[in-house]
Amino acid sequence: MKLLYFAWVRERVGKTDEEIAPPAGVRTVAELMEWLAGRGEEYAHAFENRKVIRAAIDRSHVKPDTAIAGAREIAFFPPMTGG
Amino acid sequence: MNATIRLQREDFDAAAEAAKLTRGHTDIGALVSFTGICRDNESGHGVAAMTLEHYPGMAEEEIARHVLDAQARWPLLGITVIHRYGRMVPGDNIVLVVTASAHREAAFEAANYLMDFLKTQAPFWKLEERAGDKAWVEAKDADDAATKRWRP
Repeated sequence: MKLLYFAWVRERVGKTDEEIAPPAGVRTVAELMEWLAGRGEEYAHAFENRKVIRAAIDRSHVKPDTAIAGAREIAFFPPMTGG
Repeated sequence: MNATIRLQREDFDAAAEAAKLTRGHTDIGALVSFTGICRDNESGHGVAAMTLEHYPGMAEEEIARHVLDAQARWPLLGITVIHRYGRMVPGDNIVLVVTASAHREAAFEAANYLMDFLKTQAPFWKLEERAGDKAWVEAKDADDAATKRWRP
């Protein structure tokens, strides 16, 4: 699946997007964030305060307990500040 | 119904967009136009410029979902939403919402509704440039509260 990062999540991870294949035990958005946080210093920094990070699956907002099975594109970003 | 959604780097002409919505429509009795503008201060500190980052694809889809919601809630005769991205300096336009209806209540409420959702649900992020420093704007509780009032 493809991961996308925006705003300070993107800055901390150090990339705009990447292809990943998480292990089978990673089933939800929250579990994916936990797994990502263990991938290195930059990921640990980006995902240190996971409660504030929002996610979207295939361009729709989702909650942390949403299953990631079948997702093509998952995005992580801070609370939005448009308008 | 006439609905236009645009994301663009370039500036927009609010008056021209409003005129486009009413041209040839004698059933429109109320038109509300809201323009969000980049200002030079935020909570006491100066703002030299800001850069709006967005999630291409999702931003359009998310705005379209709320435009559909607004159409379902109010008897609207036209909607235009334009949101800019990229770098802006104080005085520059950021966002435009224009709503048209037979009566003022629907037009006012729909414009307010769309702005509340653009602030809290549309995937845009503001990076402020202050005196020699850059910082991501933090989401405001007041904006979340304003959005919640529309929930059933």
